[in-house]
Amino acid sequence: MKTAVIVFPGSNCDRDMAVALEQVTGRAPAMVWHRDTDLPDGTDFIALPGGFSYGDYLRSGAMAARSPILRSVADAAGRGVPVLGVCNGFQVLTEAQLLPGALMRNAGLNFVCRTVPLKVENSQSLFTASYNAGEEINIPVAHHDGNYFADAATLDRIEGEGRVAFRYADSVNGSARDIAGVLNDAGNVLGMMPHPERAIDRAHGGTDGLRLFEAALGVLA
Amino acid sequence: MTQPAPAITPEIVAEHGLSPEEYDRVLAAIGREPNLVELGIFSVMWSEHCSYKSSRIHLKKLPTEAPWVICGPGENAGVIDIGEGAGGKKLAAIFKMESHNHPSYIEPYQGAATGVGGILRDVFTMGARPVANLNALRFGRPDHPKMKHLISGVVHGIGGYGNCVGVPTVGGEVNFHKAYDGNILVNAMTVGVAEQDKIFYSAASGVGNPIVYVGSKTGRDGIHGATMASADFGEDAEEKRPTVQVGDPFTEKLLIEACLELMASDAIVAIQDMGAAGLTSSSVEMASKGGVGLHLKMDDVPQRETGMTAYEMMLSESQERMLMVLKPGKEEFAKAIFHKWELDFAVIGTVTDTGRMVLEHHGEIVCDIPLAPLADDAPLYDRPHVPTPKQPELTNVPETTDVAADLKTLMGTPDIASRRWIWEQYDSQVGADTLQTGGDAALVRIHGTNRALAMSTDCTPRYCYADPVEGGKQAVAETWRNISAVGATPLAITNCLNFANPQRPEIMGQIVGCLDGMAQACRALDYPIVSGNVSLYNESKATGGGSAILPTPAIGGVGVIEDLNKAVGIGFRRTGDIVLAVGERAGHLGQSVWLREIHGREEGPPPQVNLRCEKRTGDFIRTAINAGWITACHDVSDGGMAVTLAEMALKSNIGVLVSEEQPFGVAESFFGEDQGLYLVTVCDTCLADFLDAAGRADVPVDPVGRTIKDRIVFELEGSDHQVTLAELREAHEGFFPNLMGADAALA
Repeated sequence: MKTAVIVFPGSNCDRDMAVALEQVTGRAPAMVWHRDTDLPDGTDFIALPGGFSYGDYLRSGAMAARSPILRSVADAAGRGVPVLGVCNGFQVLTEAQLLPGALMRNAGLNFVCRTVPLKVENSQSLFTASYNAGEEINIPVAHHDGNYFADAATLDRIEGEGRVAFRYADSVNGSARDIAGVLNDAGNVLGMMPHPERAIDRAHGGTDGLRLFEAALGVLA
Repeated sequence: MTQPAPAITPEIVAEHGLSPEEYDRVLAAIGREPNLVELGIFSVMWSEHCSYKSSRIHLKKLPTEAPWVICGPGENAGVIDIGEGAGGKKLAAIFKMESHNHPSYIEPYQGAATGVGGILRDVFTMGARPVANLNALRFGRPDHPKMKHLISGVVHGIGGYGNCVGVPTVGGEVNFHKAYDGNILVNAMTVGVAEQDKIFYSAASGVGNPIVYVGSKTGRDGIHGATMASADFGEDAEEKRPTVQVGDPFTEKLLIEACLELMASDAIVAIQDMGAAGLTSSSVEMASKGGVGLHLKMDDVPQRETGMTAYEMMLSESQERMLMVLKPGKEEFAKAIFHKWELDFAVIGTVTDTGRMVLEHHGEIVCDIPLAPLADDAPLYDRPHVPTPKQPELTNVPETTDVAADLKTLMGTPDIASRRWIWEQYDSQVGADTLQTGGDAALVRIHGTNRALAMSTDCTPRYCYADPVEGGKQAVAETWRNISAVGATPLAITNCLNFANPQRPEIMGQIVGCLDGMAQACRALDYPIVSGNVSLYNESKATGGGSAILPTPAIGGVGVIEDLNKAVGIGFRRTGDIVLAVGERAGHLGQSVWLREIHGREEGPPPQVNLRCEKRTGDFIRTAINAGWITACHDVSDGGMAVTLAEMALKSNIGVLVSEEQPFGVAESFFGEDQGLYLVTVCDTCLADFLDAAGRADVPVDPVGRTIKDRIVFELEGSDHQVTLAELREAHEGFFPNLMGADAALA
């Protein structure tokens, strides 16, 4: 199992993501610098971590989405390699148009950090197969720009196609239809604002995030 | 473009904050009239902020040593041994707290943000990866017309910077008092972890070694910030906005990663961040500590603007910059790292053996002064001080008519209300090692181990005002107590000493008194001070108050718990548990929040801290937690036992029935702010062992009540007073959202 974490200038959850991947696979991921053009050969899982790539300047995720490595990430995604984007990683994936929609400033305008209940909407994807449909799980959020937006037709379509992976059980940031996590149409790219890598250990106060990694990495093992 | 050299007039000297006597010292030190660049350098190095000229003589009295102290005050931050990390590597905690009061009042967002940035640099410049940020904030009256803007700006500034650099903000404290109406306090603390054999110091050495500038470019921002922070605010405080620096946490994050990457090699001889007084203080301190000279080429300093003078470059407080001395031949290796992180890197000079600071600009020598006098001949004042008169004992204290109603009121008052609105705006979890925020002390796992750092910031300014010695003791003891209350061993503290104008003998008396009390507590608790910062002249005429702040020696304590699974929180665990008070009870109402909030009286002496009882009780609590006997623990502080019980109840939504006879009057028993007192629940099967050990340790244990469902009931003679947890929660959670409202984010 070869995993990779993409590191942008300003990423700050790259280590946390690496810890989670190593905990589940028993093997440290490759840390891939944004300026690299190629992923390590045989990479079979890619994570885009949280943080403030390029300081969130211009728009969060906008500059990172134009990094050289993103072409390889898009190619890999096209080949069906699983790609997980968390928080800023989700913002990068929407900016790179690997996922629909956009993430705007939270409706309350403030940064929000708290553990929130999520409803699992799709338990069939490779990332969510360890959850039961409709199950409520607890995962921390920490973001300023997590207010998911897409036009009504897009929202109808992704809901109809079962591409909403998670929904906030209570409104957190004003997201359209309380969407917290979105899959691409092939189901191998997941973007989510909550941080599963912050819920993998009893010391975190919960391990609901661990199950996501176990499912996503276990499928491939 | 060279600036015509103006003659140094008495007005120019005064504008630089130097007294005529101090200017005479400058003349004596260099044997001639300084030019403007030289005067500027003397003025910042001899400012209160950099020279500690009013406090140095008293700071020496503080205990700074213990077997686990690796480096005490004098470096960028203090360093203590925290035992082994992953792979058996010996680790150190590196930490410090610093003020950014004046800038935060003028421009709260940038003031607070750059306060966080500055303290982070103090810690990573020594080789540590920052693992936790904490803060200590004091605001004026919540209804003061400027206060919402200040609160909002400061909170957003702290979050904006800390969240972006990816260091969790895990703890802090906030007080409100009218004495801060015109002069808020923003104290920021960073704790970092380094390997003991990878700690970096600031003493420059090696004649001919390159001096390297890294980070952001130098601009015209923040010129003379240190001098501003060394004077009272006049009515023109707002006009000083251009002296506030602007922070860029993104660059800071890159700088952290680049510095730590370079520090993994052996290329660095010495390193120092550019904080207050920027390039001047960093270069002077590095040279002075190493006993060497410096030759700097100002043309090579990376500049944000064209046409900057040497004077501007030396006094700029542009953020996110560091100065290093490298081993010869390591320049290209280091440069590659900084360029990878897209940061400026420039060799700007060399270490010399002249003992002089020589600056060259446009082919001319624009400064040539001996370095020794800048440090050694800095003014040192033993300013006159008068002790603060003792407060008369309280008289005519009314009894409470309804404990539960008073409790509900207190839970919604500014000093006690829930700080959720604040801390939810801070990323407290990044790093994925945060185990607890809130509670008595924050807990952050030492990465890759089963051990954790425990940290707390504390000070009770109203106690310090009423009795500086007792207040100084209490501030130190409270951090020690909070760290003990989670089960950790307190190791050392940093401090941030905020006072008003030291040229007034009564203010100087507060400083001397607080330091005396702090020193007593540090000695008694074996809890040395390893770093700190002094912020004076915290008074303001800007709001028509003419008021001095309350003396506020904020303390940041750090400890370690050996097994993080043994740590306990404040929340009750289940109904039916017996609640016990552990420690000496006194029923002390003087200077209590209850007396102030319910009766409008700020009176009486503050509670006494009996340091021998404090040590005995805290040591027992820690032992009992690590033995696994205690299931919940919370120390008594603001608002007394009633508020402590309410906080324990709200944490886990389990109530308490207080049925036991109390040793004092009702108000005294429940609202007295007794020191060295803890409330605990103990597991059933451990109770006998617990009581036995308490008896042997000579620690009093008093039953208080037992846990029940969903309400707090005070069963008193004649009547029951009760309040539901839902009502308490509403009062507790309401204050900040009501104050800040929806428009709070717009500041």
